[in-house]
Amino acid sequence: MGEFNVHRVRFFNYVPSGIRCVAYNNQSNRLAVSRTDGTVEIYNLSANYFQEKFFPGHESRATEALCWAKGQRLFSAGLNGEIIEYDLQALTIKYAVDAFGGPIWSMAASPSGSQLLVGCEDGSVKLFQITPDKIQFERNFDRQKSRILSLSWHPAGTHVAAGSIDYISVFDSKSGSAIGKMLVDRQYMGVSKRKCIIWGVAFLSDGTVISVDSAGKVQIWDSATGTLMKNHLVSNADVKVQIWDSATGTLMKNHLVSNADVQSIAVSPQEDSFVVGTAEGTVFHFQLVSVTSSSSEKQWVRTKPFQHHTHGVRAVAHSPTALISGGTDTHLVIRPLMEKVEVKNYDAALRKITFPHRRLVSCAKKKQLLLFQFAHHLELWRLGSTVATGKNGDTLPLSKNADHLLHLKTKGPENIICSCISPCGGWIACSTASRFFLYRLNYEHDNISLQRVSKMPVFLRSALQILFSEDSTKLFVASNQGSLRVIRLQEGGFTHPRAFQPQSGTVQSMCLLAVSPDGNWLAASGSSAGVHVYNVKQLKLHCTVPAYNFPVTALAIAPNTNNLVIAHSDQQVFEYSIPDKQYTEWSRTVQKQGFHHLWLQRDTPITHISFHPKRPMHILLHDTYMFCLIDKSLPLPNDKTLLYNPLPPTNESDVIRRRTAHAFKISKKYKPLLFVDLLDEKTLVAVERPLDDIVAQLPPPIKKKKFGT
Amino acid sequence: MADLEEGFALTAVPLGSGPDGPLGVEQSDKTDQFLVTDSGRTVILYKVSDQKPLGSWSVKQGQIITCPAVCNFQTGEYIIVHDNKVLRIWNNEDVNLDKVFKATLSAEVYRIHSIQGTEPLVLFKEGAVRGLEALLAEPQQKIETVISDEEVIKWTKFFMVFRHPVLIFITEKHGNYFVYVQKFNSRILSKYTLLLGQEEKCVIQSFSTSVGRKFISLMSLSSDGCVYETLIPIHPSEPEKNQRLVQSQLLKSVVSGSARNGVALAILDQDHIAVLGAPLPASKECLSVWNTKFQTLQTSKELPQGTSGQLWYYGENLFMLHGKFLTVVPFKCEVSSLAGALGKLKHSQDPGIHATPHFVNWETSQGCGLGSQNSEQSKRILRRRKVEVSVQPEVPASTQLLATIQKDSEKHIEVELRKFLATKRTPDFHTIIGDVIIGLLGRCKAEPSFYPRNCLMQLVQTHVLSYSLCPGLMEFALEKTDVQILQLCLQQFPDIPESVTCACLKVFLSIGDDTLQDTDINMESVSDYMDPVQDGEMEGQTAFLQNGFSPEEDNCDSCAQKLKEKPQATADESTSCPVTTKRAALLNAVLHSAYSETFLLPHLKDIPAQHSTLFLQYLYFLYLKCSENATMTLPGTHPPTLSQIMDWICLLLDANFTVVVMIPEAKRLLLSLYKFVKSQISICSELNKIEVSFRELQKLNQEKNNRELYSIEVLELF
Repeated sequence: MGEFNVHRVRFFNYVPSGIRCVAYNNQSNRLAVSRTDGTVEIYNLSANYFQEKFFPGHESRATEALCWAKGQRLFSAGLNGEIIEYDLQALTIKYAVDAFGGPIWSMAASPSGSQLLVGCEDGSVKLFQITPDKIQFERNFDRQKSRILSLSWHPAGTHVAAGSIDYISVFDSKSGSAIGKMLVDRQYMGVSKRKCIIWGVAFLSDGTVISVDSAGKVQIWDSATGTLMKNHLVSNADVKVQIWDSATGTLMKNHLVSNADVQSIAVSPQEDSFVVGTAEGTVFHFQLVSVTSSSSEKQWVRTKPFQHHTHGVRAVAHSPTALISGGTDTHLVIRPLMEKVEVKNYDAALRKITFPHRRLVSCAKKKQLLLFQFAHHLELWRLGSTVATGKNGDTLPLSKNADHLLHLKTKGPENIICSCISPCGGWIACSTASRFFLYRLNYEHDNISLQRVSKMPVFLRSALQILFSEDSTKLFVASNQGSLRVIRLQEGGFTHPRAFQPQSGTVQSMCLLAVSPDGNWLAASGSSAGVHVYNVKQLKLHCTVPAYNFPVTALAIAPNTNNLVIAHSDQQVFEYSIPDKQYTEWSRTVQKQGFHHLWLQRDTPITHISFHPKRPMHILLHDTYMFCLIDKSLPLPNDKTLLYNPLPPTNESDVIRRRTAHAFKISKKYKPLLFVDLLDEKTLVAVERPLDDIVAQLPPPIKKKKFGT
Repeated sequence: MADLEEGFALTAVPLGSGPDGPLGVEQSDKTDQFLVTDSGRTVILYKVSDQKPLGSWSVKQGQIITCPAVCNFQTGEYIIVHDNKVLRIWNNEDVNLDKVFKATLSAEVYRIHSIQGTEPLVLFKEGAVRGLEALLAEPQQKIETVISDEEVIKWTKFFMVFRHPVLIFITEKHGNYFVYVQKFNSRILSKYTLLLGQEEKCVIQSFSTSVGRKFISLMSLSSDGCVYETLIPIHPSEPEKNQRLVQSQLLKSVVSGSARNGVALAILDQDHIAVLGAPLPASKECLSVWNTKFQTLQTSKELPQGTSGQLWYYGENLFMLHGKFLTVVPFKCEVSSLAGALGKLKHSQDPGIHATPHFVNWETSQGCGLGSQNSEQSKRILRRRKVEVSVQPEVPASTQLLATIQKDSEKHIEVELRKFLATKRTPDFHTIIGDVIIGLLGRCKAEPSFYPRNCLMQLVQTHVLSYSLCPGLMEFALEKTDVQILQLCLQQFPDIPESVTCACLKVFLSIGDDTLQDTDINMESVSDYMDPVQDGEMEGQTAFLQNGFSPEEDNCDSCAQKLKEKPQATADESTSCPVTTKRAALLNAVLHSAYSETFLLPHLKDIPAQHSTLFLQYLYFLYLKCSENATMTLPGTHPPTLSQIMDWICLLLDANFTVVVMIPEAKRLLLSLYKFVKSQISICSELNKIEVSFRELQKLNQEKNNRELYSIEVLELF
């Protein structure tokens, strides 16, 4: 296959932000995740957990609560005191409403989905009516002494439990009056601690209230009598799960689960199990099990502890088949409940999602430049070079090291949505939710001068995806509401932006773009609809690739042949001939034979596709844990052949090598990979982001003593 | 429902056999292939599913095969005996039996047995048994006579019981039957006399066995047409003595009493047997399957051309002679249920699809069904017995026993009890045992002189009891200070309340040494570490250092000075056991019992100070013994674990600290415990420090590795 010089880049200092909230939607099987920087991501659990949408973060918009209501409408609330609804079609914020109660700590949608309840800093609980296109304030519940940190509706919608500091209140949701109060013991193991914060409550249909608190207790209360039923101490740091019966407000059970905070709780829809997350990173599964085999009496029992996180688990969710948790360590962990999973398939495996399912790196091949996208700035690096040669596995001495050329900070509180550098290296474009930036770069020997192109057209306020044409003369911009525009770039400015005719009636935003190297074709794909191919010269839709069930994760158009290569989240790869408007022969063969089972079992999506500049038969694609060079001229691997063969057959003859060779040349040497591309026929660039480096930048986890406990 | 499928004749040509039928049908080492030996000169290997012979071998004219061919599963060779004494071994490639390996033995062979997993066995007519290898090493070795003169072996069977081969054979002498059970792991031959239950003498015509957990179940078909069951203990209590076995009737009149020949019996599974014979005096012979649990006829199949009274059963096939042809009848047996027995089970699935759900039942799959059939071939599923709903045929043995308890003498109760325990266990066995104990205790309370100690011991040792099944037993034993029963209960019961555990502890600590001397106590938990008590001085001390604790170390406080004054005494105290061996065994039983701290603590407070000091000393001694080796365990079969010891030390100190602190005798003990804890704390803090320094080093190391933020490497893709 050949030898490559690989630029192994580890200086992309990317740190994902910690997860703050997760919300699971049973109807659409989607998961909404909010991060500490205000980013909200939507994962489609039916499509191999693909992150299909995201809303960029905002410095002042720390989300504290996230919930689905009225079917599939998504709301968030945060410390700026605003309730926000997201437009899942246009990928924008629909509106923000100030609740006028100070920072909002908690939010819960009523079981019917028609009402929204928020808990505020000033101790107020506010009820909002969800109207078809907005929300409307309806009533305040009885004001409490201190901030409302958690809220939970009774499944019938009649009562609400609200966790505050040191106590839990039960409200009648009709009248809004507080009808019960359950005091939580501040003491932990006989020692009076500081205030006991109720981080989470869950109201069950039989009137039981489960609370988790900063003393490390899971308490089960009887709300009818207000008695504690059971107390589980779960963590050494700070979590108590308490199960209460709300009618009377008695604690029924107390599980001391931790010395650390128990920070989150989620109950399964059947109310037969719940999950809590602790500040120590442990997730505990509780199940309602019969006390003895014969009796019908059931009890909450702590069944399984999971330690998939190094840092605190700030949010948990309970889907019918899995426990979902996320926290400060930035991983989203989906742990299937093996007893609920019927067949051993994709869903039966533990998932750990760390990196976004989109590209944060772009590359100017000719100038060997890399552009890194961070939340609030861009970095431009020039790769080094070497004159030495070596054999497989060697590290070559550098004649010139990599240079950090530019640190470009965006103004304003908004996160960068997308960025791109032109293939010639002369242009950089990036966009936030409200501003679009275009820069002209001039290289004079070692000096770089940067000039912002001012006077952007009014409509170019934000972009979801930006792409330069191969000759750097055109800029393609996909923005909200499905609009797609082309701008001709000139020295010092641009001329006459022109829009592609949108598909009639679609408001689907395009997230992925690909342009053919000859500049004639543009392919664009939305989060769910198929891939559309436009004729750039005529600005008209040329054809639409037949729809496929799974979302597109990467797109690219091959040089010369103008074949469109499409990767989907179920790990299928298609090749579609744009001139012929049909799938290519190779793609048909692949579909007929099927991919290797190990290929289909990979658990991260392909995020980038590119082509060998000299060999038209070669396709390069990569996910987080491998990159693969597909040689279409070789036979496809079947399930019996070894898919990954990392080492050369040293003393076997060429005949055997030729016989065992197959089309998929895979390397797992570099991981986790954020970007791989071919700079030229002999040079690869691989951007790695070692997990240790991320951990090193996180706050230190709660230290646990190994000895003498 | 059991289901007999359409049978088919295995041989196209009639067997060259007389009215006696073939000599034997045996499995070969491949499934579906069977060795058929006719009573003349021929052995044929059949593949049953193809219904065709794969090979055939004959002995020379004039010779006669006297023992059916078997397959040696370990080598794949076949073995026969002809002319009583000549052994032949051959394999598939051999053509002529005359030219194969031959060994002439010194005594006449009755049968060769071969089953999977062990070497074949040769049973001689005189009752002696030899392994094939041992026999071939010296064919002319002298064979002893085991059975008496006129005894004749009637029936024999070889099977595995818990991976140990067991041979059972039945002899007859003047109408009396004797059962011999030869176990090869212990080389014990047990002999039993089979007592026939019925009044008039009748001849047993066929036998079959199956193996349960504790018993080998021997079923016999008598000439009166009834099936009897006899339970033979796998682990006989007194193997050398001649014991008696009682038959109990299982099924009545399965075959006509007048039938003199053509009668045979085979156990199919736990609940099903197959019987060959004429059901009525005038009728034709039949193959029928009976459910023994519900005593119902499941299915039957007429054999109009007559049969020979031989029935072989392997896997899912029954072999028998029908007319002149060897016939194979495949069958299916479903798990017996009442609905099935009554014929009311719904058959929803197609007959073609074998859709029985595959449940693995961990409780019954272990020991059952190994006997009469090869378990590897048997694909049927063993499932948990349904709670028995059938009516007991007679007055249940348990009610009889309960009645006996109320009036009879202690001796008589003991005999009855032993009989009852030897019978087959019913699902409600444990509740019956509980009732029996409660009955006994009731009588004890009424008659102060009545104390059936042996019975109680025996009942406790059935391993089915728990505290809640026989409340009052332990209280009664406490009243009688019967430490032996208390020890047994502590070992057996999973659910003793903490108050009772504590009461036992009090008794064990307070009982006089002389009283203990006379009791018989199970010493297995202490036997291995109590004896070398006096040699352990030096070892004990090095071990302290190993665990970071040295009693000699005296830099901590002035109290240690006192210890230093009498170093010899310290050593003595730490290495010699403060209690007698018997008391130690009793205390270990307490250490093993389950408890919950919260409930135990208040009761522990009631223990007198002297006793708690003694117990502490003993626990400390155990701890020192533990620290003698690196694994921190005590030697022996069932010793207390280190964590049990430490937990009890903590509990005792928690409960009695204020009292113990005041006692002068306990001072030294407390001091050494204090120093021990102190040293442990310092170790832990040191370990934590080391851990932190290592983590820093690791961080440094990582930084070094990651410093290379950029490199150009060469990669070749293949």
